[in-house]
Amino acid sequence: MSTNDTPRHDELVVTHAPEGVVDPGLPPHQPRLGDTDPKASKRSERIVAALFGLSVLGSIGVIVAYFAFPPGESVSSIQQSNMFLGLGLAFCFAGIGFGAVHWAKSIMNDHEKVEERHPQRSSDEDRAAAVEVLKEGAADSGIARRSALKGGLITALALLPLPVALPLIGNVGADWDVSKFRHTMWRRGTRLMTDPTYRPIRAADVTIGSVVHVIPEGLHHDELESDQSFMDEKAKAVVLLVRLDERDLKHTEGSYHGIVAFSKICTHVGCPVALYEQQTHHLLCPCHQSTFDVADGAKVVFGPAKRALPQLPITVDDEGYLIATDDFSEPIGPSFWERVK
Amino acid sequence: MTTTRLERASAGTADFLDQRTGIGVAVKNFARKIFPDHWSFLLGEIALFSFVVLLGSGIFLTMFFVPSMTEVHYEGPWAPMHGVEMSEAFASTLRLSFEVRGGLLMRQIHHWAALLFMAAIVVHMLRVFFTGAFRKPRELNWVVGFTLLILGLAAGFTGYSLPDDVLSGNGLRITDGVVKAIPIIGSYMSYFVFGGEFPGTDIIPRLFTLHILVVPGLILALIGLHLFLVVLHKHTQFPGSGRTDGNVVGFPLFPVYTAKAGGFAFIVFGLITLMAATIQINPVWNYGPYDPSPVSAGAQPDWYMLFLEGSLRLMPGQTEYVIGGYTLSLNVLIPAVVIPGLLFTVLGAWPFLEAYATGEKREHHVLDRPRNAPTRTAAGVAIVTAFFILVLAGANDLIATHFEMSLNDITWAFRVLFFVAPVFAFWITKRICLGLQRRDRDLVLHGHESATIVRLAHGEYIEVHKPLDEHELWLRVNYSSPRPIEIEPAEDSRGVRRKGYRADRIRRRLSEFFYADRIEPVSAEELAAARAHQAEHHALLEGGGRHSAALPAEESTSTTVDVEATSDR
Repeated sequence: MSTNDTPRHDELVVTHAPEGVVDPGLPPHQPRLGDTDPKASKRSERIVAALFGLSVLGSIGVIVAYFAFPPGESVSSIQQSNMFLGLGLAFCFAGIGFGAVHWAKSIMNDHEKVEERHPQRSSDEDRAAAVEVLKEGAADSGIARRSALKGGLITALALLPLPVALPLIGNVGADWDVSKFRHTMWRRGTRLMTDPTYRPIRAADVTIGSVVHVIPEGLHHDELESDQSFMDEKAKAVVLLVRLDERDLKHTEGSYHGIVAFSKICTHVGCPVALYEQQTHHLLCPCHQSTFDVADGAKVVFGPAKRALPQLPITVDDEGYLIATDDFSEPIGPSFWERVK
Repeated sequence: MTTTRLERASAGTADFLDQRTGIGVAVKNFARKIFPDHWSFLLGEIALFSFVVLLGSGIFLTMFFVPSMTEVHYEGPWAPMHGVEMSEAFASTLRLSFEVRGGLLMRQIHHWAALLFMAAIVVHMLRVFFTGAFRKPRELNWVVGFTLLILGLAAGFTGYSLPDDVLSGNGLRITDGVVKAIPIIGSYMSYFVFGGEFPGTDIIPRLFTLHILVVPGLILALIGLHLFLVVLHKHTQFPGSGRTDGNVVGFPLFPVYTAKAGGFAFIVFGLITLMAATIQINPVWNYGPYDPSPVSAGAQPDWYMLFLEGSLRLMPGQTEYVIGGYTLSLNVLIPAVVIPGLLFTVLGAWPFLEAYATGEKREHHVLDRPRNAPTRTAAGVAIVTAFFILVLAGANDLIATHFEMSLNDITWAFRVLFFVAPVFAFWITKRICLGLQRRDRDLVLHGHESATIVRLAHGEYIEVHKPLDEHELWLRVNYSSPRPIEIEPAEDSRGVRRKGYRADRIRRRLSEFFYADRIEPVSAEELAAARAHQAEHHALLEGGGRHSAALPAEESTSTTVDVEATSDR
């Protein structure tokens, strides 16, 4: 474009003030107390020295606290240790900090100085010289006349990320078998066990209004198969069991005399849905407050989840213990792209 | 004598260094480099010094923390956890708290420093935004700073998850839910992140590597670039007499800023340590190790993640759709990806957006007073408002329990407010800015009210106004007030449609959005007329003062108006 593109130093100084008003320049320097009164100046010096002294005391305090207050077996003991060590260290830091700043503010020369700025842009000559240098280099390399070189280099560089990324990406996802999302440990006949006490649950023992946190039988460190990971299985299989008055249940399918079992994993983003309101039969997810109606198939009544919690169909075995009649009829937890495929 | 020996030693060292590095030139150029002074320039320093604390305390923590998800039975001194199964990561966090002397202090320092780091970044960014410090030539440094904000979030997120307690584990589970919601590749992304199914045994070691190597390495490199550009550009300065785009007014690096900034670093260290010593944070021994089943109510993430949490909470669930057999979870994607994406994109691109609307090519080194850029200020306040609503929404359960209100009502209120409040905030902020500009104009033309009412000889009452001193006058008149850009008409003189008209029109619209509402700055004629008027009053007062007494101050209604207090400098 025009010469407007080439700011010179004087072009940096632009005034927007109406004509006739001129920049009066820097306001006059206001002397500090210490500038005129030697006593005040001396006092500042003593304050700074005292602050540095405080830091020394802080350092000593830390060393004393280290030996005097070891952390122990109780929360109060670690809090005590933490507090004394911390206070000592805080004084150690703050003494230096406030001392230095007070020194700068009350003793050091406080006359403002002015420095000139220069435009960031390089001068036209420098620019031309830069272009010239690059042109020379390009000519030396011969890249302009040899298109095979150019093409070869670009192709080689373009492919380079692939061999680096492939093993990395290929390996980090383990076996990439995302169909595991669809199944849990629950099978026909799997007993419902209490979590974390791991005892079977007799249907008759579950009173109306009570809530039981449930895991499947077999989800125990001694009983897991070698290819099963306790945490991975538990993350999918946890269930919340509730007993309602049978008359309150809108659908009895999959339930046993008013006992219903739902996946505990929220269909929103997967938090455990753990807050049960006895009166309303509502289950609330404490993370994002999706609310599910246990009496109505755990349908969503409020919040960011769309789908009902999957139900675990249950019955009792010969001994009266609660068992599952099948796995969940759909994948548990948050939605994913191919969930209903 | 010791001094001469000291002098000789330092001269020797300097000579040794200079012969090998030529450092003398750098010292000559930088030691007395001028930096302007303003309290708000300390905000970025707080972020920098918090980061130093994070590095220091972080190194301490890595000596004892074991980033492993191998299950162990706890056998340490904390009785309530005896025999409890937990990951080595959690067990080593307990060890840090109960057995390592100063370990809990370092943990708490690290956590508080992280919260302060993010807070300082955000407030520093707001300062830069509202004063227009991002304008040419600093647009790139804005982008660097913006990237640092994102990296800070990444650092916080990866670190928060490491202790493997029940809270952070649920945080990871939410992450898994969000990742799975990504269309097409979501399930595979989840496998990619967790090395298989959630939670697997890879995530903690992976997060550890990101948290102690990759993310802090990037942050360190970008902080270097950020500061290099600050030195290259020289710091911006607030407007005032004697300060122009062509100079920089302030104090030299050595000794004033060495002492001030160096001292301030220690003050920040001290403050963080004081917080860590006295305010408990993240007492994981109360939470217990991660287990997929339990969760506690009223659990909030660290503050800088609250907006995402709030965003997730506000979105109604109806927006999950199944299309052609594939699930599109807009109820997760919109709040977790689209909304923050929009907020951040606008923020990151703002310097370029504004430069496009202004069409200005000059360098800016003197900061704007926020009132003199009403649209920018209003937009900033609108973005902050939207962010703040989301933060509050992230605490809707606490609001419900503390104020005994219905959670559902609060959620609904925030759903509405998220759309209404930013618009309202924009409108009212812009009005306030324009009002302040009018007030500046008024002050320039009429001066400060002196609260002295005078009756003139012919019976007229006037209030005496005190004219602005030259420094204040300069501050209030020397600013730019751009008009919307003009564009060429759609058709040229022969009625042919002009190429590029469409792009020009968009630019014109944007420019109108920025600059259509404006207060005309004081012109030379107006100023001259006002001065003549003042002179006239002055003459009347001089002439008539002997004949009519000034009203006693107590009788006038605004006797005690303090001119300094009403001016908003």
